[in-house]
Amino acid sequence: MSGIFNSSIGRKFAMALSALFLMFFLLQHFAINILSVFSPDAFNEASHFMGTFWAVQYILQPILIFGVIFHFVMGFILELKNNKARQISYAKNNGSANSSWMSRNMIWSGLAILAFMVLHFIDFWIPEMNTKYVLGDMSGMHNGEFRYFHELVEKFHSPIRVGAYVIAFVFLALHLLHGFSSAFQSIGANNKYTKSLQGFAKIYAIGIPLGFIFIALYHHLTGH
Amino acid sequence: MNLTLKIWRQKNASDKGKMVDYQISDVSPDMSFLEMLDVLNDQIITKGEEPVAFDHDCREGICGMCSLYINGEAHGPDRGVTTCQLHMRKFKDGDTIYIEPFRAKAFPVIKDLVVDRSAFDRIQHAGGFISVNTSGNTQDANAIPIAKEAADTAMDAATCIGCGACVATCKNSSAMLFVGAKVSQYALLPQGQVEATDRVLNMVKQMDEEGFGNCTNTGACEVECPKGISLENIARMNSEYLKASLKG
Ligand code: HEM
Ligand code: SF4
Ligand code: FES
Repeated sequence: MSGIFNSSIGRKFAMALSALFLMFFLLQHFAINILSVFSPDAFNEASHFMGTFWAVQYILQPILIFGVIFHFVMGFILELKNNKARQISYAKNNGSANSSWMSRNMIWSGLAILAFMVLHFIDFWIPEMNTKYVLGDMSGMHNGEFRYFHELVEKFHSPIRVGAYVIAFVFLALHLLHGFSSAFQSIGANNKYTKSLQGFAKIYAIGIPLGFIFIALYHHLTGH
Repeated sequence: MNLTLKIWRQKNASDKGKMVDYQISDVSPDMSFLEMLDVLNDQIITKGEEPVAFDHDCREGICGMCSLYINGEAHGPDRGVTTCQLHMRKFKDGDTIYIEPFRAKAFPVIKDLVVDRSAFDRIQHAGGFISVNTSGNTQDANAIPIAKEAADTAMDAATCIGCGACVATCKNSSAMLFVGAKVSQYALLPQGQVEATDRVLNMVKQMDEEGFGNCTNTGACEVECPKGISLENIARMNSEYLKASLKG
């Protein structure tokens, strides 16, 4: 095992594991959010469970925070190392002749996601933490009913927030259009299933961000 | 054909170097790219100037010696060919062609378009071989049965000519297509198993020490590789490496 995470392949492997974890998290996050469109009650129940169940709060949440930080810090480290591997750049380079825009700009799509995540933290997560752990209100109630759905609808009133949301998810889609299948290649899986996996990757990479955009627009336009 | 060439000129390893413009006329579309450069050099020599240094040897696509980054692509715009196999009919009369050396920290420029690719040799020395006892009782190679599919895939990997186009093309200057091919050609065969663990660990270690970058799976190498070496070889190297790390 010695030195594996100091090697190029080890770092790639760690990057891919953090990315696979994040994609799994994203799916779970989506599954709960989409409930808000079909059933505010189910959305409230699920949110309350995720927000108060000890294993989610004290085990999964710290793992998630670590995963996110690890992913983008490692992303920056790899980007810097890779830039150092070519000190003089080409006078003319035709990147689009052999690779996708997405694959060449992971750091930029990643930075856009990071910017959104900072906003998202300030918007949703810090108020949550404040209500629950600073004010000590674990009830999840406001004026006699669950507060989660209400808060969600209220946030999506703002066209600026919805706009930022849409832009961020477009970048997430770009990130995942390359990232999803890239992660499997990084962990060493390239075989007869790769073609089908790439098909599934497209569905996930476009479908999930589009789903999040749909949820935001739905609440914005219907007002509930 | 009349062409404008923008060529990287650099006196030696420590010179800063710069792009220099040249005009060339009467280029036949049937010339190879290197023949076109030969004609240019004739003109330069006639003028009493220093000819453009570039690498070449077999001029038939098998040795991997020719290089050049032509109009932003390793070995130029054609697919599945080396620069010596690239023909001038791929260009149009009046074109401007950029000609640069393969660029990577691990491939320092020696002069003009000539780069030092001995980093690849050192990676090979670190493990790109099998040890065979040749003391007189060598076993007949055909005595070891090998599945057709494994033999074919190993052979495909073995067609890598070590030209370095993958490194030159990669936005990260990663050597993983080359090393992946060299690891794979043995990993797929029974003869390669004995040294498999050390091979992949040592070759990757050497690759990292040479200062090549980190693969981000853009796939550019596979497209520009004159031998069509597949990305599968990188995935295979990754899994071989992870297996070996758990063992070693
Ligand atoms: C927080 C901001 C983020 C930054 C700065 C960032 C940056 C990066 C970078 C630089 C890479 C490596 C480039 C490459 O391998 O091509 C990468 C890969 C990846 N990222 Fe992100 N990313 C971020 C967030 C996310 C999120 C939220 C997800 C998924 C929900 C994600 C999924 C992926 C995937 C699947 C890969 C490919 C991993 C691999 O090739 O092994 N990223 N990211
Ligand atoms: S993998 Fe292809 S591009 Fe890279 S050195 Fe081998 S033949 Fe050249
Ligand atoms: S000169 Fe040998 S491959 Fe081009």
